[in-house]
Amino acid sequence: MHLYDLPLWFALVGLALYTVLGGADFGAGFWQLVAGKGKQADEIRDEAHHAMAPVWEANHVWLIFIITVVWTAYPAAFGSIASTLSVPLFIAAIGIVMRGGAYALRAGTRTAAEQRRVDTVFAVSSVLTPFALGTVVGALATERVHIGNPGGSLWTSWLNPTSAVIGVLAVASGAYTSAVFLCGDAERHGEHALADRFRTRALGAGLAAGAVAIAGLVVLHFDGERIFRRLTGGAGLPGLIVSVVAGVGTLALVWRRRYEPARYAAALAVAATIAGWALAQNPVFLDGLTIRQAAAGHDTLVAVVVSTLAGAVLLFPALTLLFRLTLGGELRDTEGVPEGPGRYRGRALGSGRLDARLAVAFLLGGIGFLTIAEAGWAHGIGVACFFGFILSGYQAALPTDVLDGGE
Amino acid sequence: MTCLAAIAAALGPGEQHYLSQARQMQALSFAAHIPLVCFGIAFPALLLYVESLYLRTGDELYRTLARRWSRIMAALFATGVVTGTILSFELGLLWPNFTGTFGGVFGLGFAIEGFSFFMEAIFIGIYLYGWNRLSPRAHFASGIPIAIAGFTGSLTVISVNGWMNHPTHFRYSNGRVVDAEPFGALFGNSYFWHELVHMYLAGYMVTGFVLAGAYAFGRLRGHWGRYERTALAIPLAVATLAAVAQPFIGDWAGREVAATQPTKLAAFEGLGKTTKGAPVHVLGWYTDGHVEYGIPLPRLLSLLAFHRVDATVQGLDAVAPDDRPPVNVVRYAFQTMVGSGTALALLSVVYLLARFRRKRLPESSWFYRAVAVAGPVAVVALLAGWVTTEVGRQPWVVYRVMRTSEAVTGASGIPVGYATLALVYLALAAGVAWVLLRLSRTPV
Repeated sequence: MHLYDLPLWFALVGLALYTVLGGADFGAGFWQLVAGKGKQADEIRDEAHHAMAPVWEANHVWLIFIITVVWTAYPAAFGSIASTLSVPLFIAAIGIVMRGGAYALRAGTRTAAEQRRVDTVFAVSSVLTPFALGTVVGALATERVHIGNPGGSLWTSWLNPTSAVIGVLAVASGAYTSAVFLCGDAERHGEHALADRFRTRALGAGLAAGAVAIAGLVVLHFDGERIFRRLTGGAGLPGLIVSVVAGVGTLALVWRRRYEPARYAAALAVAATIAGWALAQNPVFLDGLTIRQAAAGHDTLVAVVVSTLAGAVLLFPALTLLFRLTLGGELRDTEGVPEGPGRYRGRALGSGRLDARLAVAFLLGGIGFLTIAEAGWAHGIGVACFFGFILSGYQAALPTDVLDGGE
Repeated sequence: MTCLAAIAAALGPGEQHYLSQARQMQALSFAAHIPLVCFGIAFPALLLYVESLYLRTGDELYRTLARRWSRIMAALFATGVVTGTILSFELGLLWPNFTGTFGGVFGLGFAIEGFSFFMEAIFIGIYLYGWNRLSPRAHFASGIPIAIAGFTGSLTVISVNGWMNHPTHFRYSNGRVVDAEPFGALFGNSYFWHELVHMYLAGYMVTGFVLAGAYAFGRLRGHWGRYERTALAIPLAVATLAAVAQPFIGDWAGREVAATQPTKLAAFEGLGKTTKGAPVHVLGWYTDGHVEYGIPLPRLLSLLAFHRVDATVQGLDAVAPDDRPPVNVVRYAFQTMVGSGTALALLSVVYLLARFRRKRLPESSWFYRAVAVAGPVAVVALLAGWVTTEVGRQPWVVYRVMRTSEAVTGASGIPVGYATLALVYLALAAGVAWVLLRLSRTPV
């Protein structure tokens, strides 16, 4: 492995996580869309919403991570992709806006009818976005983007058989992983009937995703000669095999109602597909541009690698905490046991209030160091003084009748 | 090297008839996102303060207030997530040659910002949905990373803006960047600190005045119990202090602009010719190299920018007409920012003096009318400030290195995208307004 490959591997790990986690969130939207009407449908929609609500924003950030790593480490390739595939990327972006907007709106809904309307916006965008992003992958896999602004057709680059089938596959595999995850979630909360309904959906979606994947290979045989060859006989073959085994294994596990291992098998199937694609595509980034040619300078690559590794040290423990709390049901909306006030010291506020005179001193110091003095170091002290002014002045600026509990 | 030259040639500027629509689309996206950023900067800290009052006193009022605010924060954060995503898409979709050429220099800022965004998203999920099951202390602790990440996220994004205004730490030859040093470019840049501090205080002003403004509006309609007084006073106290400090920070920023971007400063003031002892004009209209109908304040510009009444200030005539920004847009944005900021600072001084003398909230309805208006005024000042610095940098996207017209996409369809985005954002704004109204009427 070379330095110039490393950021791309990071981006691919991000893509795998986005496809598994973000894909499952999209899939939850898909199940909301096809839930139908009535009480059972409302239950499905609610479960899909509750399972996803605490995590969807974190899962969405993987997409931002991928974009920023690629534009930093492979700017020329990113510029060409963004310009050539501007239409599907824009559609995905609009879908993302509708999705986030719908999520924000759901907090204000009061009736089931309002909730259904908001969920429908959410659901439609949950199908639109992964489809559009899937067509982008199809365009890259069949080397329909070359370097340029734009480098390739604005339309046929993503409206082609491979793009279409990968777009559908993105929706189907999201629906599949989502149904598998929702089985587990419903089971954990003791809702066995609901789990069974998701089980039926998981089995159906799994078979559908498998069929789409097979169709995809047939399409690639005609439409993407290089990637097909390397996926079925070259570097990508291990990925393909693992993905097939894990996909079928997931189905078997779901069939036997072993939802917890099924969760991980489904994730493995998706991740292996992406690894297979990456290995088959390597070393080509775009038509006529290798990964090495696309890479930014040495210092930039080092900076990306160092920052990503440092960020990962913070990120993974935090993500683990989030998923442990979510899976443990700690983040459910249900009423817990509120803490009694007996635990608190009942300390009155307003004691130990800092003198307003200190704030005035900070203000004067800030003006002296920042406004009158000219040296850079003085400006640093001046800014610190202004923050001191705000912090020390805060207690003094609060009206006493607020903190003392009123008249 | 032949390969690099070929890449540069292929990626070069596209044919684009809709440059100004592309810029408007970008401006619309920023205008929608930046007020939400303010809430990302300041809201978590205010919430944590309220929750800490609950932890210290056990008074349920504070918990109720924090819970209701956390719902508002969640709705605004979700909206900020998606409007921010639009921005990162647009950097590629609208300006592929900017990202394609300079991504290796500035992109790191956004890559690091991604991790701040991760921490915000993860802990907002825990904070928002953990009210019932987590222990009060664990819940409070889960809010701390949100407040930190709101700050570090804006820090890294502003470092990119600082670099665009004062691009250093790379060499540019034959349309390609060589020898890029991203860490130095982003964080070793003298032009970045005043922008950061100015924006950080703006975040507290916008959040504080908008929140306080909502409760002031409520008071005018008769909602005025202890809960409302607390909910008004906590954001108002911080916003007024920030508003008093902000003019001094802004003055510092102005001196940095004078030193590094003299053409931008000349556009702020409509200074056509290089002048010794330059004046400031209030209002008026810039035409043919000077300000007409303005109120002149002699020598003030020289004094403010260089601390000497007879200092020479560089005028717009120092650069070719093609290299000048649209003066009246920049100048009026600047005047709007300074005027609104001054008005907010005056209101704040009135409040702080009243608090100092009477220890309680003022009783006059006029005060609450002013606070209700201060919310929108703070947002206007914020947007005007960003127009000032961003339009003031024109015609450059990377100051004196790449023109905005060189950065734009060659793809067609910008008017369609612009119209679509405008419609979607209109719907989003209506939706957010609806949900905020609903939340304001929903008890916990």
